[in-house]
Amino acid sequence: MEYTGTETVVLRAELVKACQRLMQTGFRLLTMIGTDERERTGHFILRYYFAADRTSQIALVTVRIPATDPTYPSVATIIPAASWYEREVYDLLGIQPIGHPDLRPLVLHGQRVNAYPLRRDYPLLQSLPEVRRELQEPALDEGQFIVPVGPIHAGVIEPGHFRFLVAGENVESLDAQLFYTHRGLEKRAEGMHVAEAMALVEQTCGVCSVSHALSYAQAVEAVAQIQLAPQAIWIRTLLAELERLYNHVGDVGNLCAGIGFSFGTMQGARLKEQLQQLNDDVTGHRYLRGVIVVGGVAKTFSFAEIERIRVTTMQILQEIGEITDAILSDEIVCDRFNRTGVLDAQVVEQWSVVGPAARASGVVRDVRMNFPYAGYGELEFSVPTFQTGDVMARFQQRIAEIYESGKLIDQIIRRLLELVQTGDGTPLLTPLPSLVPGSFAIGISESARGENVHFVMVGENQTIYRLRIRSASYANWPAVPYAVPGNIIPDFPLINKSFELCYACCDR
Amino acid sequence: MWKLIKKRLQTAVSTRPIEEVLTSQPPRIEQGRLSCEDDLLVRFNHLAATVFGGSLHVRHVDTGSCNACEWELNALLNPVYDVSRMRIEFVASPRHADVLAVTGGVTRNLLEALRMTYEATAWPKAVVAIGGCAIGDGLIGKTYAQEGGIAPFVPIHVKVPGCPPRPQEILAGFLHAMECLTHGVEQSGS
Repeated sequence: MEYTGTETVVLRAELVKACQRLMQTGFRLLTMIGTDERERTGHFILRYYFAADRTSQIALVTVRIPATDPTYPSVATIIPAASWYEREVYDLLGIQPIGHPDLRPLVLHGQRVNAYPLRRDYPLLQSLPEVRRELQEPALDEGQFIVPVGPIHAGVIEPGHFRFLVAGENVESLDAQLFYTHRGLEKRAEGMHVAEAMALVEQTCGVCSVSHALSYAQAVEAVAQIQLAPQAIWIRTLLAELERLYNHVGDVGNLCAGIGFSFGTMQGARLKEQLQQLNDDVTGHRYLRGVIVVGGVAKTFSFAEIERIRVTTMQILQEIGEITDAILSDEIVCDRFNRTGVLDAQVVEQWSVVGPAARASGVVRDVRMNFPYAGYGELEFSVPTFQTGDVMARFQQRIAEIYESGKLIDQIIRRLLELVQTGDGTPLLTPLPSLVPGSFAIGISESARGENVHFVMVGENQTIYRLRIRSASYANWPAVPYAVPGNIIPDFPLINKSFELCYACCDR
Repeated sequence: MWKLIKKRLQTAVSTRPIEEVLTSQPPRIEQGRLSCEDDLLVRFNHLAATVFGGSLHVRHVDTGSCNACEWELNALLNPVYDVSRMRIEFVASPRHADVLAVTGGVTRNLLEALRMTYEATAWPKAVVAIGGCAIGDGLIGKTYAQEGGIAPFVPIHVKVPGCPPRPQEILAGFLHAMECLTHGVEQSGS
């Protein structure tokens, strides 16, 4: 599926007004990409992508920034969701948003150094100077304390640093410092062959590998304008649903771990392990890596494998019903889940929150439905939503989505069986034509956490000129601190787990 | 409550036999008992009983991994692998740890955390590098923001390759780390 949409090139002075106009007509910020195209056009270029969920439209606002004066008026003043993108562009490309409400370093920790690694003339291997952290004495009222947590946490989880401002038991505000695992993946991808970079893209995140691979493949395929074999499309769709299923089933367990409810934790972990062993059996990788390639898929499924998928998912769906029934019949669980970590629908709109977190706050937003890709356009499914926006809503959201996934897998398997039976003989891989340097496209897919958006611009000889990975976690992290105030610190792990955001695919 | 008990009673045991988890070859049945060529289980129990008074405490350090290795470490705690029955425990503080399980290729933002965690770990200590990124042959490797391996900063005792390695492989890595530690323990006499 192609999302060319409408492109508007605006002057710097008109940027804010152009974005505001789009926001008033039902669009939301999808992603923003800064590119250093000085060697091609003599400019830095910023691309603001907007999406209108109801009308399935994509709009692009492009602004050229002269190399001699890399500044522009900040859009974050009117669209909070643009805040992180603009801070990141300032850190990595040195383009300064004027009037930005919070210009602390985001991606590169510590003191600002006058080095911008995503500029084309910055060598990939040149290390930045070591981080020098300076702690500032916070201004506190009487009775207030700061509780710092992380980056190395007590459990086996990813690194992030949280500073809770507390008065008594209640959290008054939360400041989350992320990007500890910023690996420079996008810079690494520059100059790589578009097909070879797939392995790199899959390493963006462990548990959204399929979704990232899909987004990336779709972006490259949109540039190349190629059609895929039907069998390849259905295998991709099946993988995407298998990924959602094992993530959501695991999350049911993880949420119970957040309150130390071991029955739910262990049952969830057991079912997740079963699903991961299924993944391993049918694809050779517990996280489903290596099957999706640019132009199609690397393998097809045999009858035996399809049957294995069908039987296992059916059994899991039946068990998850019994388990969640038992979990929700527990009074203590309900007491901890209800009214904890409420995320307002207004925050969802302001910060362009995506995925189950948005849907649990009553906002219908699912790219499978709004911008159908792979085989989703031909499948029947509904997008469940909940209204309360608390941990309970996000828990039930996942359960509801597990059942939808089950229905989808059933339909996909039927389609796939037809194709495998007739054996139409079309190759699973469509060869890539020669790509025009400078052409670009975005690819979107819905992971278990929300939509992943990949922007790919191709350079000479089928290589990547610029890759920008905007994961669902990147969109949702800025909204998490809004769900915390008013809760107690011991509830934070639970709230955090209910969003279930990755750090790795946010930080890249 | 009744539903919970009912489900618990209905759920069949999903825990794999230790023999099956610890060995690559499938166990045989000999004289009515499970038996393996390389009896890792016996070695494991022997080591655990002599080296650390019967337990191994592991502290995990993420230095910039993609989250897959973390989930495989977490999978060790699920009912299928259930490493706590082998007296392996993930602890909250490096001061309680015998082994550091390091994942990821040391990003700039986490270098300080890795150093501090290593220094805070009591001697004798062993470092298990989990996954290609930590070992130093990861796909991302050295970039402006990442060093591409933990070797220049902490000594690696055991390497567990894979992207990510399977839980069984990580478990075998812990076993080898115990063997590495035997020497240090004998020296310090603790």
